[in-house]
Amino acid sequence: MSKEWPLWEVFIRSQHGLAHKHVGSLHASDAEMAVNNARDVYPRRNEGVSIWVVRAADIVASSPGDKSALFEPSNSKVYRHPTFFPMPEEVKNL
Amino acid sequence: MYAQLVETGLKKVQTAQDMSEEERAFQARIDAGVKIEAKDWMPDAYRKTLIRQISQHAHSEIVGQLPEGNWVTRAPTLKRKSILLAKIQDEAGHGLYLYSAAETLGVSRDELLAALHSGKAKYSSIFNYPTLSWADMGAVGWLVDGSAIINQIPLCRCSYGPYARAMIRVCKEESFHARQGYDIMMSLAKGTPEQKAMAQDALNRWWWPSLMMFGPSDAESVNSAQSAQWRIKLFSNDELRQRMVDQTVPQAEFLGLTVPDPDLKFNAETGHYEFGEIDWSEFQNVLKGNGPCNRERLATRVKAWDDGEWFRDAMVAYADKKAARAAA
Repeated sequence: MSKEWPLWEVFIRSQHGLAHKHVGSLHASDAEMAVNNARDVYPRRNEGVSIWVVRAADIVASSPGDKSALFEPSNSKVYRHPTFFPMPEEVKNL
Repeated sequence: MYAQLVETGLKKVQTAQDMSEEERAFQARIDAGVKIEAKDWMPDAYRKTLIRQISQHAHSEIVGQLPEGNWVTRAPTLKRKSILLAKIQDEAGHGLYLYSAAETLGVSRDELLAALHSGKAKYSSIFNYPTLSWADMGAVGWLVDGSAIINQIPLCRCSYGPYARAMIRVCKEESFHARQGYDIMMSLAKGTPEQKAMAQDALNRWWWPSLMMFGPSDAESVNSAQSAQWRIKLFSNDELRQRMVDQTVPQAEFLGLTVPDPDLKFNAETGHYEFGEIDWSEFQNVLKGNGPCNRERLATRVKAWDDGEWFRDAMVAYADKKAARAAA
């Protein structure tokens, strides 16, 4: 069996100036083909104005085991949310 | 349906006693409606069952292009031809989304395709029937894609994140498929007597195979009960089939066509249609490889894969050469 084409992750920016969003993945032999294939598959219905492709092997991801180390510290810092500070009703625009 | 009779490899539904501590925590997450993601721990049987289910679904999308490809060059108008091409391109996309979801479970695309080409992996029984007339393009969109939607909408809420997200994309596109099919049926039903007869003939041939797509009753099936517990199957085959009949019969009446089932009648008490016996020996026979088109479909897929090998290899050689030059 021949060598499999590498896997690429595809990110699309939608019409309204939002950030690129992960939409899926595909196989392609190089970056140019990855962009072409992404165009053929993902924005078939005007879903986007910009495409990013990244080799899946180049993405560094957190693993479920790191969950507590990465995300727990934010649990104890509730003062980061505006609702932590009750405001008197008569005070407006805050 | 697109995935039929998926094996879990388990003899009985796992109870809390049968489970390890890890498995109990896993089941608790599913029960709480938390999505399982690719890197999360999961029981081996869950992983293997999902690979079987998702890849069978992917294979169905890809093989499902073949009966429609038959009519691209013979579509009655340029508009119909463009629509059909767009639909077939969507099916390729659906296959891609699903293969990608399966690959997150640690299996390679080439392994999945090899399993299809060797006959080890299955695809839906429905694509082993021939598309004999243009009206079949209408009936397939209306009945087959219609049934697919009924099956796939609940799967948007299934427990495995990558599969659920793939299903959301598929469902968004699938209603175009069902509607373009019904649109073809409407044109034919309003046309000449010959055209209407063509539409009726297509309904006659596709009705029962479409009901079979949902698979035999699985009320007693261990595999289905286990899949339900894992939330990768959300409704029984019979429930989904009933939903299909209930929504499709009035659509057939609107077309002025007759559903080919003398036992079909509406039960005002239950609010559901009652329908006749399904010939499951036909279904089993198609699954065994003896449907009208099994051999042709698989041979076409294998030929496409083999004929494309030089191209895949050439693209890899080209990419390697470019990378080597850039590095030098």
